[in-house]
Amino acid sequence: MSTETIFEAVVIGSSAGGVRALSMVLSTLPANFRVPIIIVQHLHPHSGAGLVDVLNHKTPLIVNQAEEKTLLEAGHVYLAPPNYHLLLELDGSFALSIMPKVHYARPSIDVLFETASEFYDKTLIGIILTGANHDGAQGLAQVKQAGGYSIVQDPNTAEAESMPSAAIKACEVDAVLPLTDIGPYLLQLVNNNYRKGQR
Amino acid sequence: MQEDIKTQQIELKLLLQAIYLQYGYDFRDYALASIKRRITYRLQKDNYPNISAMQHRLLYDVSFFETLLLDLSVNVTEMFRDPEFYKALREKVIPKLAQHSHLKIWHAGCSSGEEVYSMAILLKEAGLYERTQIYATDMNEVILQQAKEGIFPIKRLKQYTENYQKSGGQESFSNYYHAHYEHAVMDNALKKNILFSDHNLATDGVFGEMNLVICRNVLIYFNRELQNRAIRLFNDSLSEQGILCLGSKESIRFSEYSSAYQDLAADEKIYIKNEH
Ligand SMILES: C[S@@+](CC[C@H](N)C(=O)[O-])C[C@H]1O[C@@H](n2cnc3c(N)ncnc32)[C@H](O)[C@@H]1O
Repeated sequence: MSTETIFEAVVIGSSAGGVRALSMVLSTLPANFRVPIIIVQHLHPHSGAGLVDVLNHKTPLIVNQAEEKTLLEAGHVYLAPPNYHLLLELDGSFALSIMPKVHYARPSIDVLFETASEFYDKTLIGIILTGANHDGAQGLAQVKQAGGYSIVQDPNTAEAESMPSAAIKACEVDAVLPLTDIGPYLLQLVNNNYRKGQR
Repeated sequence: MQEDIKTQQIELKLLLQAIYLQYGYDFRDYALASIKRRITYRLQKDNYPNISAMQHRLLYDVSFFETLLLDLSVNVTEMFRDPEFYKALREKVIPKLAQHSHLKIWHAGCSSGEEVYSMAILLKEAGLYERTQIYATDMNEVILQQAKEGIFPIKRLKQYTENYQKSGGQESFSNYYHAHYEHAVMDNALKKNILFSDHNLATDGVFGEMNLVICRNVLIYFNRELQNRAIRLFNDSLSEQGILCLGSKESIRFSEYSSAYQDLAADEKIYIKNEH
């Protein structure tokens, strides 16, 4: 698990079955997790901010919907608001857009991953969890191509396997892990490669 | 940062400069991530090797610019988009409007008009339509033409009807349009007090003495400076006690005009201008 890179941000994409999967991953991370986490979970366009509350109950991290123009902070988890694409601006702040759907989805995982990867390049970790479509595969491939780190939920442990399977097909994934291992693995990955960067 | 990404960002800024100098549309103060995605989409679709090559075509070919303008202006919209917002309009805004004997309403960035027809329906149902003049503006003339026609794909009407009902609508929604093959044609009675015209929030001036200004899902595409410019226009256009409605992910609270407005429906980003 040793690389030369220090990591600065984590992006996570999930769809069908994602609320449970996200709860599981986030519940294993401590309040002092060193980098911000940005999440696209596919939701019904009118679903409001309910997921924010659900996840805040599961994790000591601070969960909020991403607001346009704000900068990212460690210890925070940012969710794409329903019915908006979430992008990273060229200065690393959030931007929202109601551009057409991508893979029938708005927010789209690809849109977040691709724009985040342009800003963070090799310091980004991309994670694809359960889902019943193909969103995120292209985005994860771009994270990889920029030199970032990729993790995919083992499709056998996913409520819906097509999204993780598509991601695995799209690029050479660094780690395919059962759901329960993703949080602890991520913590170690970020911790190990954070101190190194502090030298 | 990877070299090619840096080069692309330079090309992007040059392209926006070229569009401005050649065609007068000013995208230079837009949030760039969204613009970049739209440009990349066109790049891939039309097979250009890079943005510079596309810029060459753009400078010499007006019709290509028009295509690109449609890409860039992101015209996605719906009738009764965000039913909760329209519910708040019915409950909190309409009663205030009803106090006036003449009404002027400005929809800025109205796109293909769905939002404007939704407003017209609310006004009809409240008995206020006859006393109202609606100004509906957008920078994109092609999309304005569609707005004027008020013809929408019939397959979208199911969603719109649902939205309408969720917003508190009691009538049969089909009273407001007639079906014509694959299309729904909005009722002429909804159109007669709407004036569609072309107006760019980045380069044009104020619209006088409005009671209500609605500008939703436009400011998210602007950088802070341009957002401030637009809000200044709205402020200068609104009469005392005028009402300003922004999109659900937009806010007046970052701007220098924040203190001049109270929340009328904070969650729905509906504000009311203070009396002096
Ligand atoms: C996403 S649509 C929003 C439509 C509608 N208000 C809604 O919320 O559903 C954005 C619209 O803003 C228009 N727009 C973008 N920049 C503008 C500008 N500088 N001045 C006027 N309109 C602009 C676009 O042409 C587009 O029609």
